[in-house]
Parts: sequence; structure tokens; C-alpha cells
Amino acid sequence: MAKNVITDEVIEYVGILAKLELSDEEKERAKEDMANMLDYIDMLGELDTSQVEPMSHVFPVSNVFREDTVENGDDREAMLANAPEQKDGCYKVPRTFD
Amino acid sequence: MSKQYETVIGLEVHVELATKTKIFCSCSTQFGGEPNTHTCPVCTGMPGSLPVLNKQVVEYAAAVGLATGCTITQYCKFDRKNYFYPDNPQNYQISQLYLPICRDGGIEIETENGKKTVGIHEIHMEEDAGKLIHDEWDDSSLVDYNRSGVPLIEIVSEPDMRSAEEVIAYLEKLRLIIQYLGASDCKLQEGSMRADVNLSVREVGAEAFGTRTEMKNLNSFRAIARAIEGEKNRQIDILEAGGQVVQETRRWDDNKECSYAMRSKEDAQDYRYFPEPDLVPVIISDQWLEEIRSRQPEFRDEKRARYKEEYGIPQYDIDIITSEKKLADLFEETIALGCRPKEVSNWLMVETMRLLKEQDMDAADIRFSPAHLAALIGLVEQGKINRTVAKEVFEVMFEQDVDPVSYVEEKGLSMVQDEGALRSTIEEIVKNNPQSVEDYRSGKKKAMGFLVGQTMKAMKGKADPALVNKILLEILG
Repeated sequence: MAKNVITDEVIEYVGILAKLELSDEEKERAKEDMANMLDYIDMLGELDTSQVEPMSHVFPVSNVFREDTVENGDDREAMLANAPEQKDGCYKVPRTFD
Repeated sequence: MSKQYETVIGLEVHVELATKTKIFCSCSTQFGGEPNTHTCPVCTGMPGSLPVLNKQVVEYAAAVGLATGCTITQYCKFDRKNYFYPDNPQNYQISQLYLPICRDGGIEIETENGKKTVGIHEIHMEEDAGKLIHDEWDDSSLVDYNRSGVPLIEIVSEPDMRSAEEVIAYLEKLRLIIQYLGASDCKLQEGSMRADVNLSVREVGAEAFGTRTEMKNLNSFRAIARAIEGEKNRQIDILEAGGQVVQETRRWDDNKECSYAMRSKEDAQDYRYFPEPDLVPVIISDQWLEEIRSRQPEFRDEKRARYKEEYGIPQYDIDIITSEKKLADLFEETIALGCRPKEVSNWLMVETMRLLKEQDMDAADIRFSPAHLAALIGLVEQGKINRTVAKEVFEVMFEQDVDPVSYVEEKGLSMVQDEGALRSTIEEIVKNNPQSVEDYRSGKKKAMGFLVGQTMKAMKGKADPALVNKILLEILG
């Protein structure tokens, strides 16, 4: 039994954010999985990190830039080839509005 | 209304930077291309594509920060803001949350109530989203990703403004600073500058802020002023009725002059930000920062002081000419060609402003060159054309930037220099208008104007008014 508890409200909310419709059975399974994941992450708390500087990136590299020069041309046909549906040179998606 | 309320306003201003390419790929940012012709795997979020930062974006953002008194974050990085919407092909927007490039600045604004400083909380770099076109016919939406990945800076103010006047003064000041830097053209109508208004009301004297709403879709100064008034009244009405303002995002409809709720802010808050793993940190060294600082242009306040000192033109002229970078540039460049400052200022203030207004044009889109304006002023000063003709030539120049010297020659607009021919025309007119001559001689000096007018008409406008006056006075005695 996991130490963390995921409530029905939390799993419902996470489902909304992720745009997922979960069945009751899937919700129960997801609650358990998420609780186990949080338990696993909690193990990090056992380490003494007081002497470790916070890291913002895994690579010791900085300042990788591009110059501001246009290099890409019109590649619309190739780009739209990946669209599930297209119309008038646009990607066609289910009707969406705010 | 028994209680006295105070409006508290903070602004989030998005500005599209004037780079040639997008923030993370080398696609063009040019406006108005056919849908999806400026796209590539990076700005359409193809799996496996990797962003590379445009250096110019960092330089523009830092320049705006320096110009607004901010501290530049010399170790800065990007974060992912997650949300699902078809205008955002990656399902996240690359933005900055933890270490924005500029922080803690402010600009001084001036309204009827005097001067005050509006604090700038932060400025961060991010990418724009694509454009959705709703297809009414088959219940679908069409997506154009040409704008996806266009670089933006978001300038977040402190909640320091208290009225629509202060908001507009702040936006005007920001617009001028950014235009003078050349970092953006800042056109509200075209969306290269967009303002979201965060507004709450509280009782006068209260220390805590009220619950705020965020208003979007404000694309003119007039819409902003009306939306602020409308939202202030809406919130006061709710409070007066004993209700509570709900924290939400509202969309302003300027035709209906009201706003309506878009989505509740609590849900939208959960963007699950985390450090962007595909981009490395940006370190802005002291030396780099100094280079950016040394390239800062002369800003409006400095220009205003210098124009007064150097050119001695009226404050009113100075304020108008410096209100647009394009006008200030034209002014200085035309003077550099040897014209008198007041003469140049007159052409800009009167004729140029009139035509801009008539044609609903932005000063940034002025076509005529300083060289042609200088040539036109030269023609008037040398007595080659009179002012009436000069105005006509100017209108043509304003449309097509013609060379006034060759235009005047081509159209035969030069003033008639032949005094003999002018004199015989005037004699003819005096003969044909005995009544006016009598009126003049009996003391009605206005009759003179009529005779000058008739002469100019007969000469098709190509006479020197001073010379016409002189000859007329001689004849009338």
C-alpha cells in the first residue's frame, strides 16, 4: 500500500488537464500508479542535498545560438503531408474555440 | 453608490520582436504569407526536432530591459508551459518562468495628475502560437502555423495603475521606447503589441487587493479605455449587490461594449511548468551586456531635451515630432541636408500629419525620403514654386515619393518669373474688376485679396504672391 494518497478529485482534475476520459476502473488504477510514483520520488527526500548546488540543466553547455538569417523556404507540401486532414493549405482539426 | 472605490490595474503586454526569423528556427517571420508557408518541423512541433535560440531575440529583450530600468538576469533559461490547444502544435509553449531575462524595472509616466513611476515586474521571452480560423461550414477549425514560433517578449507591470489615462500613458511610453530601439513596430491594430488588462477594485483606503479579472482582445487605445471603464463598473456592481468577483479571464467585445467570461482562471493556472530540456542556459556576460548598452539609441525624453536646446523649435512641435520614431528620423535627416528646423517641422506637423490622418496611416509607413522633402523646401526657398503649388507637389510626393525637382519641371509648375507677363495679366484683371478697385480705393482693404486671388487663378497658381502684391499696389497707387 502506497504512502501517498491520490483522491478522486485529484485524478479527475489530472484527467481534465491531460484531456483524458478515464473509466472508473482506469481511474482506480491511475490513482494507485500515481501514488506509487510519488512514493518513489519521495525517496529523493532521504538524500542530504544541503551541500549540492541546484542544477538547471544536465549539460555543462551554455549560449548555443542561431544568427537571425532566414534559411527555411516554403515547405508547405511536405509539412502538410503529416496532417491527418487538410483544407485550403491549413491543418484541419475538430472545431475548437475558447 | 455609497462607498468610494479605487481601480487597481496591472498590464501584461506582449510585443512581437522585429527579428527576420522565428525564435527557435530559421523560418521567416514575414507577415501575410500564404498559410503554413513559413513553417518547418521545429515550429510545427514534429517529434525529434530541436529548437535553437535566435541570438537577436536575447539582444532585443535585454535592450528593452535596459531601457526600462530592469536588472538583466545574466544567467537565464527557458521553461515549458504545458497546455493543449490546436494553435500550439507542441502541446507546450517555450517561455520563461523561473529566471526571466529582465526584472524589477519601471518607467515614468505623465498624466494630467502629474508624474509617477509604473513598476515593471519582469520581462520574459517566449514564442507566439499559430492562428485558428473557424470554418462555419463543416464544423471544423483550420490552423495556420506561420505565426507559431514568432518571438515575443511579455512585459509584466506591477499593479501600479489606477485609471485608463495612466494605462494609456504607460502603453504609449512603452511603445515609444520599443519603437526607438527598433525592437518592434508595436502596432496594436495589427497585433504586434497586445495588452491584457488585470483589473480589480477595492474600497478607497483598503490595503488588500480585490479579486482581479484578466481582460483580453484589446486592440486599440480606445478599446482599452472602454474596457477598463466597463469592467470597473461591472465589478463595483457585483460588490454593491453583496456578491463576489470571480477570478477569471474575460474577453472584451468592443462592438457590444461588454466583456464575457472565457475560462475560469484556476484551471488555466495549472500549466505544469518545468525547465526546458531542449535548450541550454543563456549566460549574458558583463561584456555582452555592455555591448548591448552601448548600442542603445537616443530615446524620446533625451531627444525632447536636445531638440529644444539645438533647434529652438516650440515644445508643441517637439512633442509631436518625437511621438513617432519615423517622424523624428525624417526631421533629423532632412535638417542634416541643410534645411531650417522650423521649416521641416512645419511640413511634418501640418501636411504630413493631415495626410496620415486622412489616410488612416501609421507614421512608420511614410514613403517620402528626407532628400525629397529637402528638395521641396529648397524649391520654395529659391522662389521656384509658391506654397500652394508646394502643397500639391507634397501630396504627390506623399503618395509616390517622386523627386519634386523633376516633377515640377515635368508638369510645368515653376512660378512665372517674367514680370512683364505678370504685370499685363494684373492690368487686365484690374480693368475687368472696376468695382473691386473702387472698393479698395474707398478703404475696403479686403478687395485687395480678391484681386490677388483672381490673378493667381489666371496664372494657374504659378505666380509669386509677394510679387503679385507688389505690382498690384503699384497699379492701384
